[in-house]
Amino acid sequence: MNLLARLRLRGGVHPDGRKELSAEAPICALPLPERLYVSLQQHIGAPANPAVAVGDHVRKGQLIGTRVGMVSAPVHAPTSGRVIAIGDYAAPHPSGLPVPTITIESDGDDRWLDFETPADPMALAPEDIAARVDAAGIVGLGGAAFPSAVKLNLSRGSGVTTLIMNGGECEPFLTCDDRLMRDRAGEVVAGILLIQRAVGAPVVLVGIEDNKPEAIAAMRAAAAGTGVEVRAIPSMYPMGSEKQLIQALIGKEVPAGGRAADIGVLVHNVGTAFAVHQALSLGRPLVSRIVTVSGGAIGVPRNLEAPIGAPAEALFDYCGGFLDTPARLVMGGPMMGQELTDPRVPLIKGTSGLLALTHKEIGQPSPAPCIRCSTCVRACPIGLLPLEMAARIRAGDLAAAVDLGLKDCIACGSCSYACPAHIPLVHYFNYAKGDLAAKERAKLKQEATRKLADARNERMERIAREREEAARQRAARKAAQDAAKKAAAEAAKAGTQETETA
Amino acid sequence: MIAAIASLTALGLALGLGLGFAARKLKVEGNPLVAEIEALLPGSQCGQCGYPGCTGAAQALADGGAPVTLCPPGGRDLVIQLAAKLGVEADLSGVKDSVPSIAEVREELCIGCTRCYKVCPTDAILGSAKHIHSVFREACTACGKCVDACPTEAILMRPIPVTMQTWYWGKPALEAA
Repeated sequence: MNLLARLRLRGGVHPDGRKELSAEAPICALPLPERLYVSLQQHIGAPANPAVAVGDHVRKGQLIGTRVGMVSAPVHAPTSGRVIAIGDYAAPHPSGLPVPTITIESDGDDRWLDFETPADPMALAPEDIAARVDAAGIVGLGGAAFPSAVKLNLSRGSGVTTLIMNGGECEPFLTCDDRLMRDRAGEVVAGILLIQRAVGAPVVLVGIEDNKPEAIAAMRAAAAGTGVEVRAIPSMYPMGSEKQLIQALIGKEVPAGGRAADIGVLVHNVGTAFAVHQALSLGRPLVSRIVTVSGGAIGVPRNLEAPIGAPAEALFDYCGGFLDTPARLVMGGPMMGQELTDPRVPLIKGTSGLLALTHKEIGQPSPAPCIRCSTCVRACPIGLLPLEMAARIRAGDLAAAVDLGLKDCIACGSCSYACPAHIPLVHYFNYAKGDLAAKERAKLKQEATRKLADARNERMERIAREREEAARQRAARKAAQDAAKKAAAEAAKAGTQETETA
Repeated sequence: MIAAIASLTALGLALGLGLGFAARKLKVEGNPLVAEIEALLPGSQCGQCGYPGCTGAAQALADGGAPVTLCPPGGRDLVIQLAAKLGVEADLSGVKDSVPSIAEVREELCIGCTRCYKVCPTDAILGSAKHIHSVFREACTACGKCVDACPTEAILMRPIPVTMQTWYWGKPALEAA
């Protein structure tokens, strides 16, 4: 089975897992920080709108940010306390740009709002499940943070035949999904069954990398008799990527430029399933998540259940602080995670890990020239030519890079990892994709402003026309009046003449 | 001899009629290149190029009477696109690598004279007499007409602020050659 799955896949790399640092640490709760910084932009899509005012008292789980538009997710208070600020605060993002954030000062009670819960969540209609997932602010917890309800609603319409639950967790260091499946397998399976009901998929597969035998055993035990099939998949990076996972489990490839739904598959993370269970069975919105705090510079690596909005600093401190000054702080995994510019930035829904890496771990020798050894081509899980694309992008010819398949790049970083010359290949692709997106936005704006300009020109012409018309009418009226006056004068004249003659 | 004359005459007549028919039926109105070029231009009719609107500029470009660097709001990208379309070498030395900007009204200087919104080609300024005017960010093309119209120098061009939605990684520095 595993051999077959391995043969189905292309590319991939085998970075040192380093999962042993935190894999044996059971999930424990982070002591509540004094202040929580809840970002209104924790998901892909439009930022949420604040629904509270400064000074308001909020209960845990209360709605504090409403969704805006189709692709967006609401935000809830991660603890009870007082809203002390609504404004820009540093975001966990490599740009270090601020985002609108609601700051809550904890009152220490951590009191939940009272929720109504359905007696039997499994009896809910699929639309109701999706609506509750939406109201709970659940987003993809694997890292991309795409609003889950949007995915559920889209797949219900498109006829998904296979639901795949992603327990791959292929990023080195990260063990949060591993621990979740080991410690809370029952809840995860209950969540999976709810998602299955919401999309009506007849087949449910859970893919777990074979370097997590305990998680596989726990999930198999919990899934016994439910129809959910737990499968071991080979340990390889990027196995936790949607396209690779689908290929390994069912042997189908997502078409270039397409989505998993095109081949009748929906993929959700196991963490998302847990959040769905919490939302449906307990009524609790997504206000906390499990985070792996690890890395060579961390005193005691742990898996923490932390409230959304907790400053990264608080998590690092709770894990024994830094053994020595970390060379780099990373949010997410070391392959695809984002560098943190500031340790005070808050946790967001998509944060799977907080890593403090040492110089030895990041190892960043300066790049050397490309000798076209094509190691990156063998590493690319999509089957692209990273060296060729990077050369085009370096020369500024983004269109040629797109022709080579840039848009199918999943930015997994396997090429950069494998490159013996340490060329930052994936950085080139991220830059090029960003630049293309910016050009696309500029084009859309140009089209919109062109319409505005046309509308204005038309209006100006209409006004000129109407003015002319009005002037003509005035002139005509005046002429008529003059004629009438003249006629009256003549008539009067004739009258006097008549009286004179009479 | 007669057969040759007759056949050539017939051939000439048939082809001539065919061409005449084609010229009538398949007539192309205007130069299609003009429309293609106009589609590339910003379309805000700001007139900074010196031509009456984008159609005039596109006409001049198609006739070869105008340089491809004529459109300031289009920036470097437009120059490259126009050069590719017209098959000419683009001289980028004079083109400023402009960052996308939008107009901003400095509220302490605005006297509410309404001159700026009257000249705005995309209706991007809202205001009325003796009230502070404001700019719609999404509609502003940074053509600069309002800057010239403002009697109190209350309008500036500011780069569009980068947000989380628009930020992206910069180009990596060139590795050692």
